[in-house]
Amino acid sequence: MNIHEYQAKAVLKEFGAPVADGVPILTLDDVQTAIDTLLGPLWVVKSQIHAGGRGKGKFVEAAAGEKGGVRLAFSKDEVMEHAKAMLGNHLVTAQTSAEGKQVNRLYVEDGADIASELYLSLLVDRETGQPAFVASTEGGMDIEAVAHDTPDKILTLPIDPMDGVTEAAAGKLCDALALEGAAREDGMKLFPILYKAFTEKDMSMLEINPLIVMENGHLRVLDAKVSFDGNALFRHPDIMELRDTTEEDEKEIEASEWDLAYIALDGTIGCMVNGAGLAMATMDIIKLYGEEPANFCDVGGGANAEKVAAAFKIIMKDPNVKGILVNIFGGIMKCDVIAEGVIQAVKETSLAVPLVVRLEGTNVEKGKEILAASGMNIIPADDLDDAAQKIVAAVKGA
Amino acid sequence: MSILIDSNTKVIVQGLTGKTGSFHTNQALEYFGTKMVAGTHPRKAGEHWTADSGAQLPIYANAADAKDATGANASVIYVPPAGAAAAIEEAIDAEIPLIVCITEGVPVLDMVRVKAKLDKSNSRLIGPNCPGLLTPEQCKIGIMPGKIFKKGSVGVVSRSGTLTYEAVYQTSVEGLGQTSAVGIGGDPVKGTEFIDVLEMFLADDETESIVMIGEIGGTAEEEAAQFLIDEAKKSRKKPMVGFIAGRTAPKGRTMGHAGAIVSGGKGDAESKIAAMEAAGIKVSPSPARLGTTMVEVLKG
Repeated sequence: MNIHEYQAKAVLKEFGAPVADGVPILTLDDVQTAIDTLLGPLWVVKSQIHAGGRGKGKFVEAAAGEKGGVRLAFSKDEVMEHAKAMLGNHLVTAQTSAEGKQVNRLYVEDGADIASELYLSLLVDRETGQPAFVASTEGGMDIEAVAHDTPDKILTLPIDPMDGVTEAAAGKLCDALALEGAAREDGMKLFPILYKAFTEKDMSMLEINPLIVMENGHLRVLDAKVSFDGNALFRHPDIMELRDTTEEDEKEIEASEWDLAYIALDGTIGCMVNGAGLAMATMDIIKLYGEEPANFCDVGGGANAEKVAAAFKIIMKDPNVKGILVNIFGGIMKCDVIAEGVIQAVKETSLAVPLVVRLEGTNVEKGKEILAASGMNIIPADDLDDAAQKIVAAVKGA
Repeated sequence: MSILIDSNTKVIVQGLTGKTGSFHTNQALEYFGTKMVAGTHPRKAGEHWTADSGAQLPIYANAADAKDATGANASVIYVPPAGAAAAIEEAIDAEIPLIVCITEGVPVLDMVRVKAKLDKSNSRLIGPNCPGLLTPEQCKIGIMPGKIFKKGSVGVVSRSGTLTYEAVYQTSVEGLGQTSAVGIGGDPVKGTEFIDVLEMFLADDETESIVMIGEIGGTAEEEAAQFLIDEAKKSRKKPMVGFIAGRTAPKGRTMGHAGAIVSGGKGDAESKIAAMEAAGIKVSPSPARLGTTMVEVLKG
């Protein structure tokens, strides 16, 4: 689960990380509070959307002006002007679609005089199975590009969970970030704070880009991007409250209520599959035969008829869907249960696009009989290859 | 031969009394009489669990008691995500040699803690978030459908449950059959990686060929490919077919499995396929042609 920058900073501040004072803006009324609270003389007005590249982004609406999604204000009037220009309009960045994302929230914070910009993040390193810091002097840039062009400028430092962030580890990070004087002292304190926040709140990623050294020699978290392990949210009700569903796809929200793994994509063939690997492979084979999948959908191992029907309806909500491929290899799931769910869904959605069903595994004959006896226009397939070819042919022929 | 499990493997079930544990324990007992010997439950020690067949399994308070009483050398875990890590730790403390965690949705940082403990132990963990493992006609631990298996010569290792079934089914249809199939699981931090299983398949005389199924996310496939290249230099090499799921997956999205995500410029399908092909694996572009590709590879 992703959260906004202002929320991430509030979480980090709780743990004692140095962040600027700021005020979140949900409506224009909040701007006055921001102006009254923050001293200036420099303010930063930042769009809050779950996508990176906001500063270099562009608004769709002409009224929002030519500037990007992060704007400097040198007077209180200017704070208000920027807020009015950005709030409610759509920001397009390198990480959004061409339609952009509506900016429903802003964050106004005190500006800082930047001496240098650094990069620091924490994630779980899969090779060692340990949390790891990633540190670089090349802050404020795309870290993937830095990793590609100048890998020697990046330090990846795994932390043994038994030891936590030792003095030696913090020292190595200071060296990698070339921290000196007050900034080094700040760093020695900051790294254990970030590690504590990361582990206690079950974060999956904590990225500070940039971490800045200010003109006064101290460190500050200038931007923060935090995401949480969805599997651990059950023990963090405070974090769960930070979810902003307006940032999520409507179909994906509904799918999550049914405990379905669903991801909306751009193609025309809707997929309903059991198992994440097979669901990805089904998308791949559709592409292999020349069409594009409309979604990823894993109904999981324990789906019942109702869940299958719900998945079907969610898939059908996508207007781009011109055909549906159901691919079930039933290990735990019984094919007859799937067949009944499919029939129920076809009835309830008055399906008007071609439907190919491939069933394999437990009770497969019974499942096929149920589909055949339904009298519905369901195209049966013998195996995955057959299924993919049939749905692609049906969609192309339509 | 087989790897990891055979007809002598004695299995206890952590989470036997739950719905999932009960269902799959019945399935295991029905599969060539897999030796399921006991269950655990912190408050039901001394009680019994009754199988569909009428057979009764004793319940012990914890994994250590169950192991001491039955001589079990494996444990399978079906407890819900919030308690799964503690169940694995309990099995590690009981010094059970093989621990298989089926549970999906274990918090990653729980697994970080488990892995630190595991590395200092003599136990092997398979999973979590995996379908388990199966040696045809001998032993079934986990949730794989037994009837698609056929005793034979192919070793199967996979990060995905249902794609394991595809590989097994297809190699059965082609008449090749399997020595063992191992689902290592779809989580980013797990007990057993490709390399561990590949090493066992290379060492197993009856395993004549190997199917390896990876997916996007992480670099385990690349590391496995390097391992195979290094082993081939020592003349340890078997014909292999591979598949990588997720060529069409968008970047930065978690594709169902917690570990299936292309992020930080790492983990895309193309680099995995390239690494596997460089290691001499015939990577099938279609998940439907794993079996036929293996037949072609074996023909030479």
